Amino acid sequence: MKYYSYFPGCSSEATASPLGLSVLPVAKELDMDLAELEDWNCCGSTPFGSVDKLAAACMAARNLALAEKTGLDLVTPCSNCFVVLHSANTQLKELPRLKEQVDKALAVAKLKYSGGVRVRHLAEVLYTDITPEGIGAKVTKPLKGLKVAPYYGCQLVRPDGFDDPESPHSLDELVASLGAEAVSWELKARCCGSSLVMSEPDVALELINKLLRNAQENGAQCLVTPCPLCHINLDVYQSQVNSKFKTKYNLPVLFITQLIGVALGIPADALALSRNIVSPMRVLAPYL
Amino acid sequence: MAETMVKAPDVEVSFMDEVCSIPGGEAIHSCIQCGMCTGSCPTANKWDYPPRKAIAMVRAGLREELLSSNSMWFCASCYTCTVRCPRDIKPADIMHALEILAIRSGLSTKRSRTPVMYKCFVESAKGNGRVYELGMMLKLFTRTNPFSALKMAPVGLGLFLHKRLPLRPNRIKGVGELKAILNEAKALGGAK
Repeated sequence: MKYYSYFPGCSSEATASPLGLSVLPVAKELDMDLAELEDWNCCGSTPFGSVDKLAAACMAARNLALAEKTGLDLVTPCSNCFVVLHSANTQLKELPRLKEQVDKALAVAKLKYSGGVRVRHLAEVLYTDITPEGIGAKVTKPLKGLKVAPYYGCQLVRPDGFDDPESPHSLDELVASLGAEAVSWELKARCCGSSLVMSEPDVALELINKLLRNAQENGAQCLVTPCPLCHINLDVYQSQVNSKFKTKYNLPVLFITQLIGVALGIPADALALSRNIVSPMRVLAPYL
Repeated sequence: MAETMVKAPDVEVSFMDEVCSIPGGEAIHSCIQCGMCTGSCPTANKWDYPPRKAIAMVRAGLREELLSSNSMWFCASCYTCTVRCPRDIKPADIMHALEILAIRSGLSTKRSRTPVMYKCFVESAKGNGRVYELGMMLKLFTRTNPFSALKMAPVGLGLFLHKRLPLRPNRIKGVGELKAILNEAKALGGAK
């Protein structure tokens, strides 16, 4: 058994609930103990860092201080939480002035952070600690014949990712370990527009259209991603893309934990497959 | 005579200093204006002043023109510029610094809804300790264009029907503690 402190992130409880729900049975099957960080707060996300830097650092630091008490690596399945917590962690080490101010603010709540936490993305933990081989050994329903486009998005691999920032391969290997075919496609680490989909939908829909087209042209039957924001854009907004660009995409988008779960023989209900907007049941039926 | 004298360009120095005072902004000194950031940016064609030009404007002291533009609000934080920059200046972080300055100075544009969205997000996260996505979206629509909510209604309904849009916020136990931390941060006057 491997032990981690677990930071779900706000989306995992709501718009990305298929991620939040599918992480748990998959972790159990892979002998990972994910202990949810007690009373964690929002990581601060990109908006805090664009409104007030010190407040943003404090949002992250409260979580880091709580995690430090556990003595475990802090693992999150959300790419945005990962980037925000990871970069705050780095800044608190590199910017003594910022650290001093954050220390003062945390002291009000009798909290202290000494810089001892390692922030990790769940996909990196699956790749590095559990390994594609380790996962492959537990596969009971090989996804033979399924063509999957691994979509890394941005913040899993940039700016501080564990994989090549522009030509990553870790998700490809994870997909292959399940018996599926990882489709090779050019835009696998290009931007989906993230939260601009709410404030500037036209800009984001254009980017999403390019991604869906590129994945489809390369023969993908579905996409797989670890990121809540990418998932919302590609899955939830797919119908908006279809009406705006007169396209007819019907490409299911799975969270990486959902795909792994299917191959491990975990029932569809436990993986919250019915919560995906573009139903994945058609392409997954042979394996369920 | 005194009126015709050319004034020393204090403004240039102060805008640079302002940007440099925000963590992540200080690397701007190393920019060689190569344009890799603009060439790598997936949304650059929407910016009033794309990233390379925005950085040049900071150096030229064009504060009001840049801070009131829509430029940095189109940054989706994809960090492609950041991993490609040959001078390691992290242009995305500079854009975040410009966003902070635009909000702080009251110059942030109304032509992009991103500044309002960010403020709604921050208020939501502060109020509950976690982001309440439905509340944030409704606030964004109310404050910008309520009619655009109609266009987004199918998306919201789809999320709701798939149990992905809880109707109640999720409030942490330590919400008071978090507020106390953030109030103290405010009293300290923001990151310098």
